[in-house]
Amino acid sequence: MPSATLLGQALISGVLAGGMYGLLALGLSLSWGLLRLVNLSHFALAFLAAYLTYELGTTYHVAPWWSAAMVVPAMFLVGLAQHWLFDKFKVNELASLLITFSFAVILEVAIQLYWTADYRRFETPYSTLSIKAGPFYIPVLELILCLVAGVLAWGTWQWLRKTYVGKALRASAEDADIAAAYGVDYKRLAYLLSGMCAAYAGVAGTFIALIATLAPAQIWTWLGVVFAVVIIGRLGNPLGALAAGMLVGASESIAMAILSPAWAPVVSFSMLIMILLWDPEWL
Amino acid sequence: MNAARDLPKLVAGLAIVALAVLPTAGLPAFYDSFVYLVFFWVSLSTSWALLSGFAGYFSLGHAAFFGVGMYTTATLTTKFGVPFLLTIPAAAAVAALLGVGIGAVVFRLRRLRGELFALLTLAVTFVIGTIILNTPIDGGGGVFMSAVPLPHLMPTPTGTIYILGFALCVLTLVTAWWVAHSRLGMGLFAIHDDEDVAEAKGVPTFRYKLLAFALSAGIAGAVGGIHAMYVGFLTVAGTFELTVPLYVVLMSVLGGSRHWLGPAVGATAITTLLYAFISGGEAMIGRAVVGLILIIAILWLPDGIIPAIQHWAKKRRPAPAKARAEVVPAEVVPIVPAKVLPIGERHILEVRAVTKRFGGLQALAGVDLDVREGEIFGLVGPNGSGKTTLINVIAGHYPLSSGTVTVDGISTGGLAAHEIARRGVARTYQIPRPFVTMSVLDNVALAATFGRPVRAQREIRDEARHWIGFTGLAGKEAALPAELNLHERKFLELARALAAKPKLLLLDEVLSGLNPAEIDSAIRLVRAIRGQGATIVFVEHLMRAVVELSDRIAVLNEGKLLALGAPREVMRDPRVVSVYLGKAYAA
Repeated sequence: MPSATLLGQALISGVLAGGMYGLLALGLSLSWGLLRLVNLSHFALAFLAAYLTYELGTTYHVAPWWSAAMVVPAMFLVGLAQHWLFDKFKVNELASLLITFSFAVILEVAIQLYWTADYRRFETPYSTLSIKAGPFYIPVLELILCLVAGVLAWGTWQWLRKTYVGKALRASAEDADIAAAYGVDYKRLAYLLSGMCAAYAGVAGTFIALIATLAPAQIWTWLGVVFAVVIIGRLGNPLGALAAGMLVGASESIAMAILSPAWAPVVSFSMLIMILLWDPEWL
Repeated sequence: MNAARDLPKLVAGLAIVALAVLPTAGLPAFYDSFVYLVFFWVSLSTSWALLSGFAGYFSLGHAAFFGVGMYTTATLTTKFGVPFLLTIPAAAAVAALLGVGIGAVVFRLRRLRGELFALLTLAVTFVIGTIILNTPIDGGGGVFMSAVPLPHLMPTPTGTIYILGFALCVLTLVTAWWVAHSRLGMGLFAIHDDEDVAEAKGVPTFRYKLLAFALSAGIAGAVGGIHAMYVGFLTVAGTFELTVPLYVVLMSVLGGSRHWLGPAVGATAITTLLYAFISGGEAMIGRAVVGLILIIAILWLPDGIIPAIQHWAKKRRPAPAKARAEVVPAEVVPIVPAKVLPIGERHILEVRAVTKRFGGLQALAGVDLDVREGEIFGLVGPNGSGKTTLINVIAGHYPLSSGTVTVDGISTGGLAAHEIARRGVARTYQIPRPFVTMSVLDNVALAATFGRPVRAQREIRDEARHWIGFTGLAGKEAALPAELNLHERKFLELARALAAKPKLLLLDEVLSGLNPAEIDSAIRLVRAIRGQGATIVFVEHLMRAVVELSDRIAVLNEGKLLALGAPREVMRDPRVVSVYLGKAYAA
């Protein structure tokens, strides 16, 4: 059994790593829960954003926040374009899964053709910064990521709960026809939400560029875990996605500290299986 | 005519012989290897479609079964020295058991939605992969198969693997064809369209899904067993990954996952295409092109290539002139005149102290009823009084909270809906729920197949045509339910119920939404049904029809029986008047 300090450090890194799961899960959960579109290309969009941030940073020496200011709106537009296709062909849940998988493959190939399959690392002065809190180290970038994810999740949640647009979206997710009969312009709201989800992928991508090592095949690494997070956090619930992300991240990290790193995948998926079998009311 | 029908068989036979002797032709090993990969993907995607295409339970966990098969063969050959050929059935068996195990758990979930099934199976894949990685089965270093002796079925080792892959591929296609043309396939197609209705028509849905899962997983396991030898070196990362489940989905969907041959067509097309790019040194571009083709195919050919071709062929072929002359506009009038059978004294249905709770809501609070053989029994009451719940409880759609239901002397309270259906209970739905991708004839034939003892297919078809005629839908046999109007769909509901030759027929608001003329013909039809010897319990709001048709009526209110007796007397009962019109009128 590892020491308390090690476990505490594992817990902290786990929660912070879970912030990334939550941030990626956010956009996926919203489009799946509210638009009934399962967007596998969400991960590819995040990596495209990461590569763009990397390119802007290394070739043109643009600071990450300025890159984000360009990349995130660009991703919003990509989301609109994608939704145009879904809307035009009235794509259902299953078809959206297959189509976005194809998108992801095409994006992966495009990334590989331009940036090659080599590992890329965006070195910034911030990547090694950390705060010392008692015996524990807290990496600054991950902390900022969690704060940003928290603000986005909380803001989106409030937006869905409080504003007219948010309520209209939730009503449409329940029954689009009835909502339309009450004057909800579902089409335009769906475009807005699709754009937002892609923009969230852009935000996640900025952090991926700063924190992770980039390779085209990495697109698929988080897919399984993030899907588990989306389900555990309840479809369409932004705060749930973030909470589930941190829960899964912490559990994985502790399992890795106690057992061995190779056991990590069992944790998230066992949690998913148990939740699905338990079938609680809030799911 | 015969020659045309035999031609595909002849071509298929020749192709099988030609492909079987290919490894002896002395071609470079490259050809064996490529064609083996085609067989590999055809077998895998076809096996996937057995559950996911036919029954509509979309699995993303095919890599789990395939991978378990691979590791079963690898473990048995390398650690226990079992001859390679003997490990293939073992690989199939282990994978099938895993499939049945998963199915036995997840198919019991009441709220199992399609995408949850997909994710559960995907999650199982990663869990199994991790377990294998961390136990001596793999141990993290991978398993080498190079020391395993390969039987000399063909002159070369690649030829041997080729012929095994080929044999399994043929076996898989034969299985798929057989399933598609059997009772099992019919049941699976019905499950795909509407599982509740399938169950109510007598399809043992749970067993069929498990059976399909076992077949699907078992074949994938056998494919894995052979493939372990082909790759020669197994790693967890290379086995339990996303490529297998996603490619089998792409291939099946591209070819048409509801047709037995569809996945084979999709698999051949995609494998060939990928191989062309790989051999041209452009593997990455190949992946992108496959992705692009898939997007285009899903947007423009959502049902897949084979159904698109069938549809196109059907449209091109003009209807034969003779048949066209026979098609008269469907007139919905029963063809058999009503004859009055005496009402027996025996009780065909006995309901005793039946209660049904949904959480805190008491939908039925102790109902007692007897229905006599041969009578038409009306069930009325205000909205929310429990009429439809009672129908659902008698038909077994909802389990009882307490009490007993006896049909023709047999207690049916604890039985599954399909078992109740087989004991002679049929029902219709207030809003018609036909199987949307099946023709009118197939809809009725399904009910005739599963509601009654096993008979020859021809006999079933004839009966189905009889009931279609009986309900006035003659000429619509080949139509899809979407092409029918509401009252035709209601009559299709009746035809489906009748095809099961029920002792007890439960009708749930067959008249709602019909115009006066249609109501008259429906009333005549209900009488004609009774004339066939069935006992009818019907829920209805339309009082004219209730009084006209019923021998006796029961009034339910707030889950309790309020009144029971001859229609005119019951309707004059002050308590009944008060629940319908309010207390002021009752005085």
